Amino acid sequence: MGLTTARYWREVPQRYRMEAGECTACGEIHFPPRRICMKCGKQKFETVVLPDTGKVITWTVIRVAPDEFTDLSPYAVCLVELENGVRLMSQLVDVDLDEIEMGLPVKIEFRRIREDGADGVLFYGYKVVPA
Amino acid sequence: MAGIIGYGAYVPRQRIKVEEIAKVWGADAPSYKKGLMLEEKSVPAPDQDVITMSVEATRNAIKRAGIDPKEIGCIYIGSESHPYAVKPSGTVVAEAIGATPDIHCADMEFACKAGSEGMYVSFGLVTAGLVKYGLGIGADTSQGAPGDALEYSAAAGAAAFLFGKDNVVAEVRETYAYMTDTPDFWRREYEHYPKHGGRFTGEPAYFQHTLSCATGTMERAGMTPEDFTFAIFHQPNGKFPLRAALKLGFTREQIVPGWLSPRLGNTYSGASPIGLSATLDVAKPGDTILMVSYGSGSGSDGFVFEVTDKIDEVRNLAPLTTDYLDKNKIYLDYGTYAKYRGKIRKG
Ligand SMILES: [Zn+2]
Repeated sequence: MGLTTARYWREVPQRYRMEAGECTACGEIHFPPRRICMKCGKQKFETVVLPDTGKVITWTVIRVAPDEFTDLSPYAVCLVELENGVRLMSQLVDVDLDEIEMGLPVKIEFRRIREDGADGVLFYGYKVVPA
Repeated sequence: MAGIIGYGAYVPRQRIKVEEIAKVWGADAPSYKKGLMLEEKSVPAPDQDVITMSVEATRNAIKRAGIDPKEIGCIYIGSESHPYAVKPSGTVVAEAIGATPDIHCADMEFACKAGSEGMYVSFGLVTAGLVKYGLGIGADTSQGAPGDALEYSAAAGAAAFLFGKDNVVAEVRETYAYMTDTPDFWRREYEHYPKHGGRFTGEPAYFQHTLSCATGTMERAGMTPEDFTFAIFHQPNGKFPLRAALKLGFTREQIVPGWLSPRLGNTYSGASPIGLSATLDVAKPGDTILMVSYGSGSGSDGFVFEVTDKIDEVRNLAPLTTDYLDKNKIYLDYGTYAKYRGKIRKG
């Protein structure tokens, strides 16, 4: 279930380096990158790297997690607005769950996202932590 | 002259106190606190490992160096806890910092000395003109067997150093390496935890190599302890580096900025590199620094650095080492620590 190695590998630029697509026609930044601009429908993009700080817009605490994440529960997942206005979903870690609030300043950190069992591939990417 | 053009550290936020570990094993906490001079140690979160910490430390080093990562020509991560037994850590880190594909990569291993090895080789390749910038990283998330003396010190952290010839922050004035075959600490294939030779790890191992390497490095540089502003020695606990420093004729004041083990633990391959990063954080232009690593098996790498005017420009471009050490700490109880470190057997 979940992420296949091939898909994970294709998504390395966005997962590792926060690479987004900026529409060359209207300037809308899409993350993850898309083929067609949601705003103007054009199909040309430039790669931009997202800023590594932002704030929590909203969040939820996962107490009943999918099997592979039960060891981590309870954990928080949040919607973050980065400094340039781009929004993304991320797990929020290294935090006391009672201290999460709207507007909490956060920064991006490189973390292990999941593993394909004890003998499989390790998947890496971004999470956010209190800034 | 070539030297460090950017540096950065990373330490996880989780900590466990010596008392909390001693309580579980019925051990005497004061003997560890006084005898080995250990207060607490860092613990990686379940989603952290050598790769993730190396990425964070390197991002800090790149911020300070202000270079294009595409121009980094080699990456060497030294660790004894690479996440994979087969598959390099360096490929993931190089990809995450945007340094692929024109880059030479190798993971290094030599117990706690692997980090300084990556620095040594990177500096060599930069000096030889084979690469424009070289990246050496020391990182570990080492483990001690539950109840073993090593469990009180085995900690997690990373430091990364970019070497180059322009905009140098700390010139490398001398290097020297000292090595013999001394089996004081080892881990065989498929074993979870390392074994060690108890007291044998002290005099013939740590002290013999650290003191010989320090002496050899200073001799080659034509310097004596009084010529140095600061010194950093490998720190398997709080006591050893202090004793090594005093034996060599250094003062306590000279090692204080890089003497982190009492409140960090032993970060193995990260230990003397993180000590160097913390020392650079407080160094002034013209300061001279001696760094001597130690890795069981056994060997030491010695470096003499001279800090340049550039240090004042780059210091605050990334978090200071003490920010990671002293801010936003999360204290764990032994149960949570054991779960995080995979020490609990589930069926
Ligand atoms: Zn558009």
